[in-house]
Amino acid sequence: MTPNAAPALSAEQVVKRYGPVPALAGVSVSVPAGECLALVGESGSGKTTLLRCFNRLVTPDEGRVSVEGESVATTDPVALRRRIGYVQQEGGLLPHWTVLRNVALVPWLLRQTDGDALARQALDLVGLPADVFGARHPAKLSGGQRQRVAIARAIAAHPRVLLMDEPFGALDAITRGELQHAFAGLRRRIGATLVLVTHDLREAFLLADRVAVLRAGRLEQVDTPAALRATPATPYVRQLLDTAEVA
Amino acid sequence: MTVAVRRLTSPLIAWVRLGSPLIALTAWGGGAAAQAPIVVASKPFAESYLLAELFAQTLEAAGFAVDRRLGLGATEIAFGALRTGAIDVYPEYTGTGLLVLLGEPADPDPRAVFRRVAETFAERWDAHWLAPLGFENAYAMAVRRETADRYDLRTLTDLGRASPELTAGFTPDFIGRADGQPALARVYGFRPRAVRTLLQAVKYPALAEGSVDVIDGYSTDGLIARYDLVVLEDDRGIFPPYEAAALVGARLWREHPEAVVALGRLSGRLDEGRMREWNRRVEVDREPVGEVARDVLRDVGLVTRGGAAPGERPAPGGVARFLWEQRGPTLPLLARHVFLVAVSLTAATLVAVPLGLALERWRAGAEGTIRAVGLLQTIPGIALLAFMLPIVGIGVAPALVALFLYSLYPIVRNTYSGIRDAAPDAVRAAEALGMSPGQLLRHVRLPLAAPVIMAGVRTAGVINVGTATLAAFIGAGGLGDPIVAGLALSDGRMVLAGAIPAAALALAVDLGLGAVERVVRPHGM
Repeated sequence: MTPNAAPALSAEQVVKRYGPVPALAGVSVSVPAGECLALVGESGSGKTTLLRCFNRLVTPDEGRVSVEGESVATTDPVALRRRIGYVQQEGGLLPHWTVLRNVALVPWLLRQTDGDALARQALDLVGLPADVFGARHPAKLSGGQRQRVAIARAIAAHPRVLLMDEPFGALDAITRGELQHAFAGLRRRIGATLVLVTHDLREAFLLADRVAVLRAGRLEQVDTPAALRATPATPYVRQLLDTAEVA
Repeated sequence: MTVAVRRLTSPLIAWVRLGSPLIALTAWGGGAAAQAPIVVASKPFAESYLLAELFAQTLEAAGFAVDRRLGLGATEIAFGALRTGAIDVYPEYTGTGLLVLLGEPADPDPRAVFRRVAETFAERWDAHWLAPLGFENAYAMAVRRETADRYDLRTLTDLGRASPELTAGFTPDFIGRADGQPALARVYGFRPRAVRTLLQAVKYPALAEGSVDVIDGYSTDGLIARYDLVVLEDDRGIFPPYEAAALVGARLWREHPEAVVALGRLSGRLDEGRMREWNRRVEVDREPVGEVARDVLRDVGLVTRGGAAPGERPAPGGVARFLWEQRGPTLPLLARHVFLVAVSLTAATLVAVPLGLALERWRAGAEGTIRAVGLLQTIPGIALLAFMLPIVGIGVAPALVALFLYSLYPIVRNTYSGIRDAAPDAVRAAEALGMSPGQLLRHVRLPLAAPVIMAGVRTAGVINVGTATLAAFIGAGGLGDPIVAGLALSDGRMVLAGAIPAAALALAVDLGLGAVERVVRPHGM
């Protein structure tokens, strides 16, 4: 966290409306290179919408979103997405492709010739050796294994930015705990700038350098876990901390 | 057309086979026909087949090449084909011309009716009635002999009196026409216990086995004698006489006056008694139509030479044996059927799959468009064919168009919902990781939707095999030919000779496309 460096990701006064209700009502946040920012809030708070602005799956109505200093509005969305890793809650693997081919997806899209080797490395990182798991189809894996493959797929091409949308949200409590701790270790090794959407404040505190609390499309507070715990900015943040029993 | 072929097969099947456009095309190079053959057609019932064959043999005896298109759908299709020049001549009835085609009220005077249709058709459609053949064919109410005895029925007045005890089995035509059931009710007080709607082909068997007590026949039907039925006298004269005559199209009328003269020699030569006897030989004795027609021409003194081999009756025996004996003529019909199904299904797939894909991208209009395509499905086959007749005529082309239209719906529907519902999470993730829309379609959505799309093609294929039997009504050939002819000639085995191979083909198409469906199913699913 070097405050003077250009942020890897930034959103300035971003507004997005679905019908009359704004999903994002003017949100500004920036993420320095290498940092992990967690977006926390309940359903409808706008956290997923904000995440999807960064790889232009959502186009804001107002405001400016940039990735590595470049406005996403003027970047080819397909090229943009290929250099940003992405993990979603579940079901994201292509069911008719083997594990290895799924993980090699982005290198293949980028026409990299060493896609297979990259995929094997990524699978090793998530603890699923390609020799054992590479030839299987997703249907033959457990839920936890599938999310590990999804993470391997997101990091295989060594993206400098990684977006994760409730990556552990659909798993049972034990598997979730396992994966959270495994990922906490992995995060240091891949060194990417990371945005993590979660409704679980404990997960946010475990994995993130800073936590952004969203409510009804507005930012309540952005701070480190320690600062958040010490000085909640609003009654809502206070209440959130109490409910999650992390205070 | 060779004698050998005729001897091997039912003449009818041979005609359709040899008359089929594909084979005609291959024969074209031989230079056999310096001029286009005269196209003779009939409607799908026995007397119409026989009269058309009389026309055909008369023309052949006069040195003309003839192309037979027998068993065309119904009055609208046969007349539509004549009016648009797809056929040159077919047998029609003056009363039908007046009531059905002109939509005018019935008239009891046969001479007045003929005058009226002759003048109006020539003026309005350039279609020409030759002088009537000499017999009248009127509605004839028929009952079983025991019914006639029990209720003492001799006339329609008697029938009206006994009607509350009786169940009627009438053709839709008779129920609807002003000179049919409504006239019967009005004049004779006919109030039956119930009226069941029966098609031409089943009304005699239904009467004979006692399902109904009275039917609307025609006075020249050969089956009246076969089932020992009693025809009740129309004592107050409500049924207008229908005179049979040749109805000639504009091209023949103008370009081949000598052919018209030859046909004209048949005028006045036939009479009701002998007509019923000849119809009986076709309908009851199942003699080949061509041979009966030859005898008719000899009996009335129009053809002296020839005389032909003695009639080869179809051998008695089981259906299986009959099917085996018919394998020679059935194979080309099967080939034609496969051709109709394959071409229409391929074309429909090439159109419907891209349409389904396009609709997936334009969901606002998708349901409406698919429903509109589905509406095509609800149009009865015959109606669709009749509707297209002025545009594409008769024969293979309209059959292909109709089958194509019928095949669209299952394929569009399955493509649209298959693509829409194919692993939405995987599609979203692949998009988020940078697959372009084209890559998504090619590598994710199409492979995942392929089994569903293929299931649509399979459904369309199986339906298509059944629907293609209707192609016979517009002279396109296929396995519908023996079905239509068998129904018209009351020959159950002939019906089965078409229906059984058609059912087998439907099964084969289902199994074959089912295998394709398994092949396109991606691994891991």
